[in-house]
This record gives sequence, structure tokens and C-alpha cells, in this order.
Amino acid sequence: MSIEVRGLCKHYNGFKAVHNVSAKLETGSLTALLGPSGSGKSTLLRMIAGLEVPDSGEIHLTGREATFASAKERNVGFVFQHYALFKHMTVFENIAFGLRVRKQGERGIQDRVFELLKLIQLTGYEKRYPSQLSGGQRQRVAVARALAPRPEVLLLDEPFGALDAKVREELREWILRLHEETNMTTLFVTHDQQEAMEVAGRILIMNHGEIEQDGTPIEIFDQPATHFIAQFVGESNFIDTEVSEKGLAVWGPFRFSVAPSLPVGKKIRIYFRPNDVYMTAQFETLQVRARIAKTRFKGTTIEYKLDIGEDKYISAQIPKGVALASGFKEGGEVYAAITAFHVFPIDAEG
Amino acid sequence: MEMAPRVDEVKTYPVLDPARALTEPRWVRWVLIAVALSFIALFLLVPLAQVFASALDKGMGYYFNAVREPAALSAVKLTLVAAFFSVVFNSAFGLASAWAITKFRFPGKSLLITLIDLPFTVSPVVSGLIYVLLFGLQGLLGPWLKAHNLHIIFALPGIVLATVFVTFPFISRELIPLMQEQGSEEEEAAMVLGAGGRQIFWKVTLPNIQWGLLYGVILCNARAMGEFGAVSVVSGHIRGLTNTLPLHVEILYNEYDFTAAFAVASLLTFLAVLTLIAKTLVGLKYEKSRQTPAAQAESGIA
Repeated sequence: MSIEVRGLCKHYNGFKAVHNVSAKLETGSLTALLGPSGSGKSTLLRMIAGLEVPDSGEIHLTGREATFASAKERNVGFVFQHYALFKHMTVFENIAFGLRVRKQGERGIQDRVFELLKLIQLTGYEKRYPSQLSGGQRQRVAVARALAPRPEVLLLDEPFGALDAKVREELREWILRLHEETNMTTLFVTHDQQEAMEVAGRILIMNHGEIEQDGTPIEIFDQPATHFIAQFVGESNFIDTEVSEKGLAVWGPFRFSVAPSLPVGKKIRIYFRPNDVYMTAQFETLQVRARIAKTRFKGTTIEYKLDIGEDKYISAQIPKGVALASGFKEGGEVYAAITAFHVFPIDAEG
Repeated sequence: MEMAPRVDEVKTYPVLDPARALTEPRWVRWVLIAVALSFIALFLLVPLAQVFASALDKGMGYYFNAVREPAALSAVKLTLVAAFFSVVFNSAFGLASAWAITKFRFPGKSLLITLIDLPFTVSPVVSGLIYVLLFGLQGLLGPWLKAHNLHIIFALPGIVLATVFVTFPFISRELIPLMQEQGSEEEEAAMVLGAGGRQIFWKVTLPNIQWGLLYGVILCNARAMGEFGAVSVVSGHIRGLTNTLPLHVEILYNEYDFTAAFAVASLLTFLAVLTLIAKTLVGLKYEKSRQTPAAQAESGIA
């Protein structure tokens, strides 16, 4: 089943929670809705589920208009951040709930629940209460409960947000496998970019109630569409400068080619990733001399704060092996070049 | 040049027994406990014993006669009827108001919350007078009621109304914080799973608040049975007709029939003790059901 929203708006007392959002998710896709808290991603998800009513705009499920359809008619599965399991029901009854309210036969319910218990690897736990399960187990039960009535769409609202890092990792893998098996149209909300990149084939990035970019993880990472995305996704260096002559901007000893369409004197922001800094101990080519001001160990990489003179600094990240082989030391002299960067004109608002 | 600290300059602190670090000296504890216990004995246990002692003053026969007398039986019946109605009305109102206050946003919400507490702040006598002024012969609706031969004041409806009024806040006060704490996530989950409003209420909301509701019902019932002031104003003290248990006790007492007064009072006391036991049992269950999921998880895994 496909999901399509057109010009969806939801305002609360003048606050634009969701503003003019349009998107289409194809059948069988796995999409992440990524954004900082308060960006409207949960509100959008809740509108698709029928938990909130939009002020304007349309929601289409499988090409059918469902803007004001009841949650029952939509046939979506929804997983909450804090599980929202029924505390007073056993695992079995939790999973069976969606089948019981649809008045299904007891035999069918039994079969379906045990099938799902097997899927979530909790066979034998059916008589437990939610309070007797760990966080990861509870979230798996919540997913099973959502899947029980065979929804056509699975919506997950920060499904791993309340779990610790290790369990989160496992559940991510599990959701990926689940999606491969069921091929159900899945949309999940997260504020964790790592999670979005790893799990989803496509990412919608929301900010201030609007979708700022819609693309594959690689597109989002390598070609951020806006300032916001450049600073929100991954780590970045930012340089505020202006176009010094046609097609060129200068910042300290660095020279950046910019679009010739930008007028001279136009204020611009240039960003580049710390791992797009090419750093060597000996001068090779087109590099700038710098001094290592600070070293920070980051696990697989080492981050260097480089002093390039004129009280200007950039940060560079070098794989640990390369860094150790090159013998970089705090206070030592190195040569650096910026191999990839993006330029955004600064508007009045920016 | 830095100097290493000299050993004799290093400050040492007296070692504290961790078990006693946060407690008072022994004699202070004993004095506090003694004061509290003797206070309870003096003000609660002695009068309680006195009630039963006085009731049985003239022997078991007299006791049972006083309790079985028609006027006493009618008072018992009336008390139970008034308590029943106030529990039913206030359960319905408590559920409705708690639901409205915790699940919806609407104008006048904070006013409603304040108004719910009104019966707590108004003297019961005034609560009774309100109904006399409304429905009494000289009251606002009195002439109309008389013309249609409807009796509210000095009759059962007035007693029920006054009792409902004074017990108004008990159930909603219990449910509002409980439902606020629980939020609406489970209801939302049920809704997305396809449950209708009635199914959500019976299968999700009610099981989650049942202990809180029962606790409120017990408090409401206790107050309804013991209510004196408001009922006294509207009842008219017609023996065998509009006397509740507390009013009957007063009448007997005023007639210097102390033993009978205490015998009937012992019935009320008995009901109170029963209520206390029920309240404690339900309270324990209630506390357990209110535990946070995290705490439950820890105890569950351990």
C-alpha cells in the first residue's frame, strides 16, 4: 500500500507543527522521517495514522482518500516510542487485541498470536505481563501487536528512542529483516541520523514543520539541500565569508570556487566535512600550511583542530591508522587541503 | 615548588555508622513514638472502645432491641439508600469529569477543577441550606414543587441530593491525577488497532483506573454514610422516615437514651471499621497498579 500526503497542514495556536507537507511513499518502501525534536515529524506520522486531524491537505492510502477516515478504516499499524502496551493484559492479550476488536474467531486469534510470537522470538512469553519484560522485548511485543491485524502500512514513532544503544542496534537489524520478509510499506520517525541512514532506503528530513530534503542517505549526506541539513546531518566545518571575485571566495589561505552566478560581495556559508580534509606531514600539492592545535581521539578516527593562521581554525578527521603512520603530533606542522565542500548563499533569514 | 602534604596535616573525619547517619538519637525516637502512640490511643482507641462499652452497657438484649427497633432499621435503610445513590451518581460524574479534564482541552476547564472542590470548602450545613433555599417551601422552586405535589426537602430526594453534594469530589479527585499520570497512549494504541470508543473504555481505560475508582468509591461511601450536617438541614428528622443513622443517633442521645444511641452508633462504627479495612486492602492493590512501568520492570526482572 502506498502513502501519499498532499499539502498537509497542522497548526496549534499559530505554531506551525506541520506546514504544507507533500510526499509519496511507494508500496514496500522503508522510509525514515528524520528531524530534530519539535520539527513536526511525529505530528505528521500521527496524522497519517488518524490520531490527529489535519487542518488542511489530504492523505491518500493506496490511492484512496483517507484524510478523515477512522483509524480502523485506515488499517495501519502504529508503534509508539514508549510502547503503550496494555499494562493489565498479558503479552498474548496485547497481541490479540487488534484481532479481538475485529471479532475474529478464537482459533484464528490463537494461530496468529503464536505465529507473531515466533516472529518476535518471544515464544513462551505469552503469559507474561509487560512489566515482566525488558525494554527491547516490550518494543518487540508492541511491533507484534501492531502487525497482528495485518496492516498494510507500519508506522513507527521513535521506536527505539527509549532503549539503550546495544538493544537499539539489535532492534534496528531486526526491523530491517522484518521489512525484508514482509515488504510492508514502513515509515519511521527518528531524530537519530545514524539510525535513519542505516535503516532507511529513503530519508525525509523535516525542520520547522516542513520537509527540507527528500532523498537517499547518500544524497542527503553528500548533497545537503539546505544549511540546516548540512549542519544537522554528519559533522561539518562552517565558514562564513563572501564572494571576493566572480566564481571565487577566499577564507584565510583557502580559496574556494563558487557558482559564477553569485554576485561579488554576496555573503555565503561554506561547509565541508572534517573527513574531506586531506592532511599530510609533507607538502604534496595545493595545500595550506597549518599547525595542529588540538588532538581528539574518536575511536576509528582522530580529529585534529588545525590552526591555519589569522586566528582561524578548521577541524580534520583522519583514519586512525593513517594518522598514526604519518606521525601527526599536537603542535606539529602539517599541510591540509579541502577536497569537497558546499556553498550556500546566506539569505536575510540565514 | 609544590610540597607534598604532611601526614599530620591531613584532616580526618569521625567515622559514621551508615545505619545511624541519618537518624535521631535513641531517646528522641522513643519520645516521638510514645507521643504519637499515646495520642492515637487517647483520641481514637479509647472513644472507639467506649462506643462499644456503652452500647453493651445494659446487656446484649437491650443492644439488639435498640438496633432492631423499626426506627433504627429504617435509618439503616435510608443511610444505605443515600450512600448507594451518591456512589452511583458520583462514580458517573467522577468518570465523566476526569475523562473530560484529562483527555480534552476546553474553555472553563480550570474553573471546573476548582468547582469540583467546592463541597470540600463549604460547610456541610451550608450545603444543606442551599437545597432548602432552592427547593424549600419559601425557596426558589418551592411553590412550583408544591403545586405539582413533589417532595424534595424533608424527603428522600433532599437527603440524597445533600449527600451527593457533600461527597461530590471524592471520586473525581481520585481519578483526575491518576488519569493525568497515565496519559492517553494506551487509548491511542487501542484506537489505531481498530477499537471503538466503548471498547476502548471497557477494555483499556476502566481496567487501568479500576483500583483508583474503587478507592474513590470507598471514600465516597464512607463519607455518605457518616454525613450529618447537610442531611440534618434537609431531613426534617422525621423518625422512621427521614432519619439517617447519624441523625437517629443524635435523636436517641438527645432523648437521654444513651445506651440505644451508642448501640446505633456502634453500627456506624462497625461500618467505618469495615470501610477502613476495605480501604487498606484496595489501597495496597492501587499502589501496586500505580507503580511506574520502569519500577515494575525492575521488580519483574529481579
